[in-house]
Amino acid sequence: MIVARREALTGRALLIVLIAITILPFVSLFTTALHPSGTYPSGLDWPSDPQWGNFTEAFRSARMGEILTSSVLIVLGVVPVSLLIATMAGFAIGHLRMAGGQVLFIVFLLGITLPFEGVITPLYYQVRDLGLLNTRWAIILPLIGLFMPFSVFWMRAHFVNMPTDLSEAARMDGANTWQLFWRIHVPLAGPAISSLAILLFLWTWNQFLLAIVLVDEPTKRTMAGALGAFQGQWGTDIPLLCAGSLLILTPTLIVFLIFQRRFVSALLEGSLKG
Amino acid sequence: MLDTLDVSEDRPRAAVRPRVRSSAQPAALRTPAWVGWIFVAPALLIYAWFVLWPLVLTFQYSLYDWDGIGPSTWVGLENYSKVFTDPDLSKTIVNAFKLIVFFSAIPVVLGLLIASTIRQIAGSRLALVARTVVFLPQVIPLVAAGIAWSWMLSSTGLVNQFLSLIGLDGVTRAWLGDFSTALPAVGVIGAWVLLGLCTLLLLAGMSRIDQSLYEAARMDGAGPFREFVHITVPHLRQEIGVCVTVTVIAALAAFDIVYVSTQGGPGNATMVPGLEIYYQAFSERHVGVASALAVVLMALVLVCVLPIQWLTRKDSG
Repeated sequence: MIVARREALTGRALLIVLIAITILPFVSLFTTALHPSGTYPSGLDWPSDPQWGNFTEAFRSARMGEILTSSVLIVLGVVPVSLLIATMAGFAIGHLRMAGGQVLFIVFLLGITLPFEGVITPLYYQVRDLGLLNTRWAIILPLIGLFMPFSVFWMRAHFVNMPTDLSEAARMDGANTWQLFWRIHVPLAGPAISSLAILLFLWTWNQFLLAIVLVDEPTKRTMAGALGAFQGQWGTDIPLLCAGSLLILTPTLIVFLIFQRRFVSALLEGSLKG
Repeated sequence: MLDTLDVSEDRPRAAVRPRVRSSAQPAALRTPAWVGWIFVAPALLIYAWFVLWPLVLTFQYSLYDWDGIGPSTWVGLENYSKVFTDPDLSKTIVNAFKLIVFFSAIPVVLGLLIASTIRQIAGSRLALVARTVVFLPQVIPLVAAGIAWSWMLSSTGLVNQFLSLIGLDGVTRAWLGDFSTALPAVGVIGAWVLLGLCTLLLLAGMSRIDQSLYEAARMDGAGPFREFVHITVPHLRQEIGVCVTVTVIAALAAFDIVYVSTQGGPGNATMVPGLEIYYQAFSERHVGVASALAVVLMALVLVCVLPIQWLTRKDSG
């Protein structure tokens, strides 16, 4: 009994330390962001005269409105298409199990541990030859391809476990393969698809390498890529840089807090499967 | 990994519906193979276009000397020998392995210790708050984590403030700017990002361990340490494997954090393969060298990840 209580107490203390370590960098960003622009304050120091204007200043000079729009456009370009084609592929490989499907699946798996740096150089020349450098397509098209191994893997894992009687019944009623897929299996795959949607949203929004290599104009990049440019521009003005970083964090934080339960389970499942 | 991966992911549910595990296609589902291929075609096409083909090109570029604009010359394996003999290039690989200590070993070991300590209070309100909070580093862009920590680790940052507070004035420094501490400092940022994920993954795994095992161990007079070694760790083999895989890939392929916190400096004390590929390809215009390093990096990832998968999943399915 005593041992158990002492363990619970140590557990609580550890949790609090863990929470503190996780949060402190954000708190430090926040207090620093409130210091007068151009100063060099110390790590954790509440300013005597908080400069809330730094946030509006950062919003304006980083052209945050345009960056937000750009990130949303990129997400809209990547996520729905990826979901649709990955679900179709997962359905065919996992449920229809056509001849050659297993080999195909292994071909997709080949890409699952691929670091993006491995293909970034040829991607640059490919995108240049397509005339798409410096456009949002330069991020959208390669990202869809790069997300396919994981997405197909994820959806196949769902369809492999779907019972076949359902499809047999639908077949009896004369459904063709597309109707079977779209009317019966897609609605049933809702949870798997929405978890995948969360992961793809997050990975697109936070994509950095593709953004800085393929797009020069910060306002056509993802949020993360724009932050890189913002750092180059404001690297010396610490309070403004901190304010900008916080602004760029905010959208994902809000989305995370709204969908936190789904996020946590999607991320845990995602890493378990990947 | 290729065939072990799908074994484990089917495993939990397979017991419930053994019927669907038969690999043959049921008669009523008999669909001509070409229909299946049409369903796969869009995914396959874009994957081939933006992953498989660039992979082939990376191999091809790695055998040439090319500045990205003019004509290219065939140099055989010369770029590869450069990667391993040029100290600036081979150092990046050594650095990547050093980062594994911080990105993998620390989060996994600490994660195990934390998870087993908080196992009993996993249902408390504090634990639920912690569950949300420790996920924040996973949700924000790595670039933002890099900026926040560059500030934390700067000469006037919070880390030094704290050290002064506990009387360690002597060791304070600009951690990311000092040749001897820059790489560990980058490692700390990675450890911060990955610790929460590992802790939660391991905690989720622990909740699936049969509680009666612990009760039996208590009856036999086992303390927390022996429980940890004899029950917790062996039962978490698969989760530990997942944590190690994810974190090792994050260490070897590190880019975002290093790019914003040190840009590979001071000197090239924190240069890692991902960043070197970027500089070689787009600043130095040594496309061949960059591609050779890219091939080496991809090979390293596979060489590290495949044995981990094999070790931790072999007899779990």
